[in-house]
Amino acid sequence: MSRTIKGQTGEWEIVIGMEVHAQVTSNSKLFSGASTEFGAEPNSQVSFIDAGMPGMLPVINEKCIEQAVRTGLGLKAQINLNSVFDRKNYFFPDLPQGYQISQYKSPIVGEGEILLDMKDETITVGIERIHLEQDAGKSLHDQDPDNSFVDLNRSGVALMEIVSKPHMRSSEEAAAFLKKLRAIVRYLGTCDGNMDEGSMRADVNVSVCRVGGYEKFRADGSFKHLGTRCEIKNVNSMRFVQMAVEYEARRQVEILEEGGTIDQETRRYDSKANETRSMRSKEDAHDYRYFPDPDLLPLELEQAWVDAIAKSLPELPDEKRARFIAGGLSPYDASVLVAERELADFYEELAQGVDAKAAANWLNNEILGRLKRDGLSITDVPVSAAANNAIIQMVADQTISGKIAKDLLDIVWTEGGDPRAVVEARGLRQVTDTGAIDAAIEAVIAANPAKVEEVKAKPKLAAWFVGQVMKQTGGKANPAAVNAALKARLNLPDEG
Amino acid sequence: MSELTSMTLAEARDALAAKKVSSRELTGAFVQAIEAARPLGAFITETAEKALAMADASDTRRATGATGALEGLPLAIKDLFCTKGTRTTAASKMLGNFVPPYESTVTQNLWNAGAVMLGKTNLDEFAMGSSNETSAFGPVFNPWRARNSNANLVPGGSSGGSSAAIAADLCLAATGTDTGGSIRQPAAVTGTVGLKPTYGRCSRWGIVAFASSLDQAGPMTKTVKDAAILLTSMASVDPRDSTSVDLAVPDYEKLMAGSIKGLRVGIPKEYRLDGMAADVAALWDKAAGWLKDQGAEIVEVSLPHTKYALPTYYIVAPAEASSNLARYDGVRFGYRADKPHDITDLYERSRGEGFGAEVQRRILIGTYVLSAGYYDAYYSRAQKLRTLIKRDFDAAFEKCDVLLTPSTPGPAFAVGAKTSDPLEMYLQDVFTVTVNLAGLPGISVPGGLSENGLPLGLQLIGKAFDEATLLRAAHAVETAADFKAKPNKWWTA
Amino acid sequence: MSVDKDTVRRIAKLARLAVPQARLEPMAGELNGIFKWVEMLGEVNVEGVPGMTSVVAQKLKWRKDEVTEGGNADALMANAPGGEEHFFTVPKVVE
Repeated sequence: MSRTIKGQTGEWEIVIGMEVHAQVTSNSKLFSGASTEFGAEPNSQVSFIDAGMPGMLPVINEKCIEQAVRTGLGLKAQINLNSVFDRKNYFFPDLPQGYQISQYKSPIVGEGEILLDMKDETITVGIERIHLEQDAGKSLHDQDPDNSFVDLNRSGVALMEIVSKPHMRSSEEAAAFLKKLRAIVRYLGTCDGNMDEGSMRADVNVSVCRVGGYEKFRADGSFKHLGTRCEIKNVNSMRFVQMAVEYEARRQVEILEEGGTIDQETRRYDSKANETRSMRSKEDAHDYRYFPDPDLLPLELEQAWVDAIAKSLPELPDEKRARFIAGGLSPYDASVLVAERELADFYEELAQGVDAKAAANWLNNEILGRLKRDGLSITDVPVSAAANNAIIQMVADQTISGKIAKDLLDIVWTEGGDPRAVVEARGLRQVTDTGAIDAAIEAVIAANPAKVEEVKAKPKLAAWFVGQVMKQTGGKANPAAVNAALKARLNLPDEG
Repeated sequence: MSELTSMTLAEARDALAAKKVSSRELTGAFVQAIEAARPLGAFITETAEKALAMADASDTRRATGATGALEGLPLAIKDLFCTKGTRTTAASKMLGNFVPPYESTVTQNLWNAGAVMLGKTNLDEFAMGSSNETSAFGPVFNPWRARNSNANLVPGGSSGGSSAAIAADLCLAATGTDTGGSIRQPAAVTGTVGLKPTYGRCSRWGIVAFASSLDQAGPMTKTVKDAAILLTSMASVDPRDSTSVDLAVPDYEKLMAGSIKGLRVGIPKEYRLDGMAADVAALWDKAAGWLKDQGAEIVEVSLPHTKYALPTYYIVAPAEASSNLARYDGVRFGYRADKPHDITDLYERSRGEGFGAEVQRRILIGTYVLSAGYYDAYYSRAQKLRTLIKRDFDAAFEKCDVLLTPSTPGPAFAVGAKTSDPLEMYLQDVFTVTVNLAGLPGISVPGGLSENGLPLGLQLIGKAFDEATLLRAAHAVETAADFKAKPNKWWTA
Repeated sequence: MSVDKDTVRRIAKLARLAVPQARLEPMAGELNGIFKWVEMLGEVNVEGVPGMTSVVAQKLKWRKDEVTEGGNADALMANAPGGEEHFFTVPKVVE
């Protein structure tokens, strides 16, 4: 993982900050009672309030307030008991009121942090603030040569704007930040994180500076140690975040190395061309003329109410990861499992009463592979965690062999059924009966006299015999028992 | 016919209850009067057919005994209240053809109470003005003319159409809105009663917004009692308006009864302006005497920040208006300029052509005072002045229960007399804006006639949500003033 | 502080108002008159005075998270100039 870019004149550091717009999970919008469901017919989920009709007024949705507080608590952030809604004034066809109701000087949530478990270290990325604001509608520009079309279904949906501090130092960290944030809000149930539906969008701020500048910035907080930053707006996938950062950092380094300066501007990432392009129009930078919305009053929260929400929080990824590690998993395995709540929940049920590592291995090696092959997610898994748990238990208590376990999974994966019942019905029980094993060994020896001589000279060939015996028993013999019996029968030396 | 149209709201209510007249007859009389009074320009939209249908429905209800508080009473509605299915223009080309798919809370309350809608009255465009000369649908003329003069006078503004309609007996009563004096000032110059309730008393939902923290709907009537009756129906607690206050609506007609003995009436000394017209000053002093005669105690009080109120208003109101009017962009409803070549052109020309000069001026003022670099010096400072003005009133109300002031610096003026300098027009609101800035209730009551025979009003200002005391004091002034004068009918169709 | 016609042009642009060339100078004059008048607010000592953030002494009301509106695209579009099916139409916007 590279924290520096090598330019022609030396090395450069990348500094990244992010503003993530996350749509709040709620039935209705932030200030109106229209539905927030995705994918509806155009303009079918629009209140007169959302359309900015004359005389319409906003009334705040209590659920959205709760979700913002819940997110803040999940990011270990300061909850501001008093906050204010401001109007951000500008003109755009998808902004019906001609202003967006947002929070400017007094947001609902203050400073917090997110931990990123990178390969070699854990990094803390500071959160600056979270505020609530209205989402805008959608414009379609490619339906008609002369006109753009506006759909206001999304207009007024509650957004949480989650602002990070500029604490990310590489494109991998940027992607990891977004991934972790997404996991946390999904755990909390405050945002579904479906980037392909636009539930989460990132504005990524990138600047570069000479090595050493970042340390100085962290020491005294002065932005003068950092380079001029550019904002890449509305990046809607983690992969694109990573690619956009890499392109932009390189672009800036090239300009600076040629003696140029970076213009502070807004850019857009084009994923097809893999480049960022300036969005700057010929007009002045926006003057948003923020002022407190006179149709609303200041938002006041009771500490007791906030405390009740804090008590109701589910176990979050960091805590769950720590618990899994304490239970015997490696940090890497634990990180993989907690990345998705559904996966972690599946794992916990899977690991009931069996060895933690064995359960993790089973999940990683057997289940995830099959899911990927079939294009399914963990929520669509055809064999329940409890059923998988039974299979693991049967291996642990020697009822079946490891190989048979995989076959068994294939059977119940496609045909369904209770694994224990299938084992009985198809006679898949492991053969540990020494008589049967000895008989199978005799049969193999009798059929392969030449090999018997070879193995006495090369004891390592015993493995071939084990394989043959396994075949002879239809895979059901206990391999360890076969090994031991074979060695005894052929008088092979014990290998350490 | 004119016996019917010259009744007060209370008298008509009694007549209907006693079955001396039907709503159909009463409404029919007003429909005819309105048609005959078109030269006044008081109405933008007459809804005769609808009015008669509503009257008939009311008479049917009455026959079954199901009567509401305003059953069968014909009212005029300021064309700033969205009325479902009936064009609502805000007197602007911008909304010239706008037909709301929803009804404002206040007017819905009126229809629920059984009232009848005669039509939508004219106003200054988007409620910005004090003379009803900025309407895109033509000016309104005051039914009153000065003694020995044929000059057309203004009816005040912005609720000029409502005030003219009441003064000319074209309706029993009307609704108005008041942001800086737009109910009280037109009432004063037309010899009628106008009440601006406490901010938050009436819902703003469905009223075309001008300045959100100042706008308030209120009754405009012939008598104080009528104002109490109408307010009781207009007001409500509205969950759809976040600034609607959670206080049950009492029966104001009942509450206003009683003597004003022991009432402390404050006279704010800063309202005595240099060069105040002699007849205005004289009426003010006389009114203090009337109240004293009825047992009130007259107290001199001070509202030290009075002179800063008007400039404060002319920062706050335009600022909020510039944002509230941003939604008028030609995209989803309203006026759209012809053949726009891009989105910016669509916005600029739709708004440039759809809005009149005064509205544009105020949008520019508002945009400027909110813009980067000026917010602190103007808007932020003005908000602090509001706090100081409110504190002045709080301190004064420790010493008194209501305040008595003139409503306006003078009587109605000639059409065109004050249109050359915006500031001169703004000064019309000098006595009224303080009340909006502080969110308090205020009422104008006809007090007497000016030197040239035109109505002069007296204003009373009350404590927040103490409309009861305010109405009681206003009634006392009204009784003593005994203002019976009516305008000479100079208008005919 | 005074405004000139360039400032009027800039403010008009921010407010998306087409002000004819001929009106720029007169408008600047009118605005200057008003701004000069409001300058008097500078006389007042506002140190430590909070701005009036709410006229009503009440807590902001919270609404239950229920779907109660929308679903009436016809009513929504009824006043729309040149709407295409159920979309609002504007001249092509280049983002």
